[in-house]
Amino acid sequence: MKSLWGKIPEQIPRLSVLLVILVVLFIVVRSRLVPPDFGKYGHYRASAVDEIISQEIRYAGHEVCAECHDDVVGAKKAGYHKNVACEVCHGPAVAHTEDPGSVELRAPRARRYCPLCHEYRPSRPTGFPQIVSNSHNPMKPCITCHDPHDPKPPVTPKECHACHGAIARTKSLSHHVYVPCTRCHETPDEHKVRPRIVVASKPKTREFCGECHAKDAPSEKSIPRVDLATHGERYVCWQCHYPHLPEAR
Amino acid sequence: MMESLKDKSKNSVARRNFIKKLTFFCTSLLIPSFVNSREKSEKAKKWVLTNGYSPAEHYWGMGVAINKCIGCGRCVDACKRENNVPREPFFFKTWVERYRIFKDSETIVDSPNGAINGFEYPRVEKKAIIRSFFVPKLCNQCNNPPCVQVCPVGATFKAEDGVVLVDSNYCIGCGYCIQACPYGARYLHPVTQTADKCTFCYHRITNKMIPACVEVCPTQARIFGEIKKKASPLVRFMRMNKIGILKPSLNTEPKVYYANLDMEVK
Ligand code: HEC
Ligand code: HEC
Ligand code: HEC
Ligand code: HEC
Ligand code: HEC
Ligand code: HEC
Ligand code: HEC
Ligand code: HEC
Repeated sequence: MKSLWGKIPEQIPRLSVLLVILVVLFIVVRSRLVPPDFGKYGHYRASAVDEIISQEIRYAGHEVCAECHDDVVGAKKAGYHKNVACEVCHGPAVAHTEDPGSVELRAPRARRYCPLCHEYRPSRPTGFPQIVSNSHNPMKPCITCHDPHDPKPPVTPKECHACHGAIARTKSLSHHVYVPCTRCHETPDEHKVRPRIVVASKPKTREFCGECHAKDAPSEKSIPRVDLATHGERYVCWQCHYPHLPEAR
Repeated sequence: MMESLKDKSKNSVARRNFIKKLTFFCTSLLIPSFVNSREKSEKAKKWVLTNGYSPAEHYWGMGVAINKCIGCGRCVDACKRENNVPREPFFFKTWVERYRIFKDSETIVDSPNGAINGFEYPRVEKKAIIRSFFVPKLCNQCNNPPCVQVCPVGATFKAEDGVVLVDSNYCIGCGYCIQACPYGARYLHPVTQTADKCTFCYHRITNKMIPACVEVCPTQARIFGEIKKKASPLVRFMRMNKIGILKPSLNTEPKVYYANLDMEVK
């Protein structure tokens, strides 16, 4: 027995002691540093999730306003702003719903507020109602003419450019500047009141453009002519020419 | 000659046995950890938070309809108010980018102050624009989150419902996750000095509410909901639109789905 112990080189027992100390140290340090609930469900502290969900809620959601402001909610529900949440304009409202007497919400009455959404911007999707605020009834707050909760225009617009500003501007610089919108689009008056429900027509055939541009069309002499039978035969004209800015070169 | 051959074959049988036993022994060492991890995921399935929400019953995602975004920046504003994000620039959980693609195919992408005050335009654009649009951005809540992989202490993690969260009391602020995120969705909070990012408003969604940005979006360009349930606004959105994700080649498997994604969007 003794001889076996003696056979082990001296450095082995010494190193083993060191190793044991290191392992114990590691276990102690780890148990102090790693929180007790770490790794209960996964590689994270389980109680962190409960801490995260205890964050304060500020935006109450659009449903809760109806309880006390059913008049405003009712007006808004039928109008253009039906999908614009109350708290977009009035700010986070949880504190107000809990104590309406002492927490008052702001109302954006200034003219510069509405253009945040309604200023004409070329990157905005077509069909979204946009105005150029410098020329759209300047100097007056928007809410003198538009009820913010039901912002329908006070009078039905006469011109297409009230809502199709980008197209109107493009066309005004084009060869088609003197062709009225309604020459190409049959537009029921209702379209200007409920544009998404009553839509304007669009040209459907090559022959439509041919009414002015065909070789034998009974139109003004100055209009350039093409041979309908051969010119871009397999496509409708607006696959190559943007009708609001027709370019031949 | 014969003798030595015989010896050899005897020898090799013993060695084979030895290797067999060794492999068996070593594999059996893995059994406890295997059982343990199964036990853990069983436990996690039954986990209920203090507000009665059980993470394992949900799986969240967000849809973004690029063709509906008007770049008003109300989402950016609401996000900062709801989540106490510092108002000054550079700190965003969500922001909106403007893409302008010119006729000579140059592309300019910008996001002045995250679009919190909308966008300004030059009176006259220098060159003709061929197309232009807005893209809302946020944490993509990846299924394979690179940020979680690099965290040295386990302070950022994917919860059972797929949402990637940050444990700000455990984060050491080393910033590895901020570097690792391919979408630039994380920032170092200037006060707490810990990493921070979009959590899908975890404190709201666990209380049956929708994230603040979705609540205030005036054109419903953002849609929030369950990915795996049959009836959910998000499932309908994914059925009705052609969907793209950001940087698919990285294999991060984002859970933010973009409709009408342009090839220029990175
Ligand atoms: C518990 C009832 C209650 C709820 C819920 C409630 N309000 Fe009010 N709110 C009031 C009362 C009462 C007043 C009138 C306070 C006053 O006149 O001082 C008021 C006033 C207001 C005003 C007027 C401020 C002004 O300038 O005149 C606004 C705006 C408003 N609420 C918005 C909201 C919104 C948005 C919500 C939904 C998130 C909401 N409220 C939910 C009770 C409520
Ligand atoms: C587009 C922005 C906008 C939205 C959306 C909006 N409001 Fe208002 N609200 C205003 C403005 C602007 C005023 C101030 C009107 C005035 O002074 O004539 C106002 C005034 C009010 C008032 C006080 C005066 C009044 O008309 O009774 C209440 C209450 C109110 N809003 C509640 C609501 C509620 C509830 C909703 C959601 C259903 C809502 N608002 C949505 C812009 C908005
Ligand atoms: C957060 C964005 C937002 C803000 C702020 C906002 N609106 Fe709107 N507005 C909308 C949306 C969305 C529509 C609906 C557009 C549609 O039908 O496609 C709309 C529609 C309208 C329309 C109807 C346009 C039409 O088609 O005839 C008017 C007018 C209008 N808003 C005026 C206002 C006024 C005035 C304010 C300021 C009090 C305002 N808006 C603030 C988002 C906004
Ligand atoms: C009150 C605002 C408004 C006015 C005024 C208006 N439009 Fe429109 N128009 C719209 C909106 C909004 C759409 C988008 C409808 C959609 O996308 O569903 C639209 C769509 C159209 C379309 C496309 C329909 C389609 O199928 O794609 C045409 C063409 C059109 N309008 C022509 C006109 C013409 C011509 C006039 C003038 C005579 C006019 N509009 C006046 C709001 C208006
Ligand atoms: C003097 C009254 C008046 C004021 C002030 C006014 N508007 Fe209008 N607005 C109208 C009328 C009238 C129309 C109908 C279209 C037309 O004739 O220009 C209209 C139409 C609109 C439209 C519909 C255009 C479209 O593309 O669908 C929007 C959006 C709009 N206004 C927003 C605003 C905003 C934002 C402000 C404030 C910056 C404002 N308006 C100020 C009278 C007014
Ligand atoms: C020379 C005939 C012509 C004239 C004039 C014309 N359009 Fe068009 N418009 C078309 C054709 C053709 C299309 C279909 C284009 C397509 O499908 O690519 C169209 C499409 C549209 C659309 C839907 C697609 C889009 O580009 O957004 C709208 C809205 C529209 N026109 C509005 C107008 C308005 C407003 C005017 C007047 C300012 C006008 N158009 C003048 C021929 C015309
Ligand atoms: C009401 C008659 C009329 C109709 C319908 C019409 N155009 Fe034109 N078109 C014109 C006039 C007028 C010009 C300008 C001639 C000039 O420059 O003097 C023109 C010019 C053009 C040009 C030449 C532009 C250039 O660079 O020289 C093209 C291309 C064109 N139109 C395409 C079309 C297409 C496509 C359609 C069908 C969507 C169409 N037009 C429908 C009247 C019409
Ligand atoms: C395949 C694409 C294509 C289609 C489809 C097409 N065009 Fe063109 N068009 C052109 C090109 C390219 C030019 C200019 C070169 C030329 O003169 O042939 C042109 C030129 C024109 C011009 C000007 C001719 C001149 O003498 O200045 C008119 C007018 C015109 N097209 C009308 C039409 C009409 C109307 C249609 C539908 C029946 C149509 N185009 C369909 C490609 C097309």
